[in-house]
Amino acid sequence: MSAFLSLVARDLRLAFRQGGDAAMVIAFFVLTVVLFPFGVGPEPELLQRIAAGIVWVTALLAALLSLERLFQADYEDGSLEALALLPLPLEAQVLAKCLAHWLVTGLPLIIVAPLLALLLHLDPAGYPALIAGMVLGTPTLSLIGAIGAALSLGARRGGVLLSLLVLPLYIPVLIFGVAAIEAEIAGFGARPDLLLLAALLVLAVGLVPFAAAAALRLALE
Amino acid sequence: MSPALPLSTLQSFSSLGDFTGQGLACRRGEKLIFRGLDFTLPPGGALVLIGPNGSGKSSLLRLMAGLTPREAGTLAWDGTDIREDPGAHRARLHFIGHSDALKPVLSAGESLAFWAKMRGQVFGNIGAAIEPALAWFGLGNAVSLPCRYLSAGQRRRLALARLIAAPAELWLLDEPLTSLDSDAAAQLLTVIAEHRAQGGRVALSTHAPIDLTDATRLSLADFRPSPTESAAELLA
Repeated sequence: MSAFLSLVARDLRLAFRQGGDAAMVIAFFVLTVVLFPFGVGPEPELLQRIAAGIVWVTALLAALLSLERLFQADYEDGSLEALALLPLPLEAQVLAKCLAHWLVTGLPLIIVAPLLALLLHLDPAGYPALIAGMVLGTPTLSLIGAIGAALSLGARRGGVLLSLLVLPLYIPVLIFGVAAIEAEIAGFGARPDLLLLAALLVLAVGLVPFAAAAALRLALE
Repeated sequence: MSPALPLSTLQSFSSLGDFTGQGLACRRGEKLIFRGLDFTLPPGGALVLIGPNGSGKSSLLRLMAGLTPREAGTLAWDGTDIREDPGAHRARLHFIGHSDALKPVLSAGESLAFWAKMRGQVFGNIGAAIEPALAWFGLGNAVSLPCRYLSAGQRRRLALARLIAAPAELWLLDEPLTSLDSDAAAQLLTVIAEHRAQGGRVALSTHAPIDLTDATRLSLADFRPSPTESAAELLA
C-alpha cells in the first residue's frame, strides 16, 4: 500500500512541478464550451436544450487531451521499465497512475463544469445530476483512457491513434452522463443513469488494470 | 576522499540455490539472436557478459529480469522457474538498464527516495536509506539539485545509487560503466565486491575490461546461430 501511495504522490508531484496538464485541460474545457454560444447563437432556450450535451462532450475531449502523457514520459526515460520490475504488480501501478491522473485532470473538470453549465443556462434542476454524473464518470474516462495510452505507446502519432481507440469507448459514459441530467430535469430522477455510470466505473476499475498492464508489458518487450 | 561504505546498508542474503539458465534462446523481431545458452550464477557469483554490439548482451539481461519473453530454454532460481512466481523474482532483482529513469523536475534525493520506497524501503526516515547511497557515489551535495542539472555521469551514478538504497539479491547491470569516470567506476566495483561478499549475485554486460575476482565470463558471440541455422530456420 505504501508503494501504491508513493507512486500516486510522485505522479502528483510531477504534475504540479511541470504545471501544464491541469491548466491546459481546464483552459481547453472552458474555451471550447465558450465557443458554442458564438457558433449556435446566444438564445437561452437553444443553449439550455443542448447544455448537458455540450458540457459532457467537451469534458470527454478535455480528458482525452492529457491522456497521451500518461505513460509516454515514463516510457521514454526508462522509468516504465524500472516500474515494471518493482515488486508492486504493474496492474496496481496502472490504478495508481489513473488515480493521480484523475486527481490532476478529472477533479478540476468536476469543479469547473457547473460554472460552464451556468454559462449555458442549464436548468437549475440538472446541477446535482451533472455533478454526481461527473464524479462517477470522469474516473471511468481516466481508466478507459489508460488502455488507449498503453496501447499507443511507441506508435508514431500516438495521440491521434489514442483518440481513435478511446473515443468510441467513451460513448456509454457520455450517454448515461447526459441522460442523468435530462431525466432529472424532466422529473424522472437521475438514479437509474447514475447507477449505470457507477456500474461502468466498477467494471473499469476491475478490468482496465489487467488490459493496460498487458499492453504495457508488450510495449516493454 | 569518498566516505566508507556503510556495510549495514547492504543486506546479506542466505539463499543457497543457483540462478541458472539452460538452452536459452532469444528472438528480437524476426531474428534469432542467440540460442543454446547456458549459465549458472551461484550465491556470491558474478557473470560478465561480453560480445560485439548486437550480440544480445542486453537481451540476455532483459530475459533474466523477465522483461523479454524467452524463445526457448529454462530460467530457474533454486530449481523453480521464474515464471511460476514473477512477483518474487521482481522482488529480488535490481535491473539498471541504459536509461537512468530520472525525471528532470525531481531532485536527486527525491528520485532516489522514490525508487527506494517503491522497493518497500520504509525506514522511519527514508533519508537513512538514501544518504549513504548518495554519499558513496559522490552525490552528497547534489541531493536537492533537480535532475535536469545533472551531468551524464552524475545521472548514471544516481541510477546506480539505487543498488545501495534498497537491497536486492540479484543485480542486473547493462553497461554500468558507461559515462562513469575512473573514481566512480572503482566505487562501483567496490560495491559489487561487497554485495558479493554478502551473498549477492551480479550479472553485467560490458565493453570495457572489468576487474572482478572469480567472475564467469560469457561471450555471447559463441551462441550466435550459424548462417546455415538461420537459413534453415527461414525455410522452415
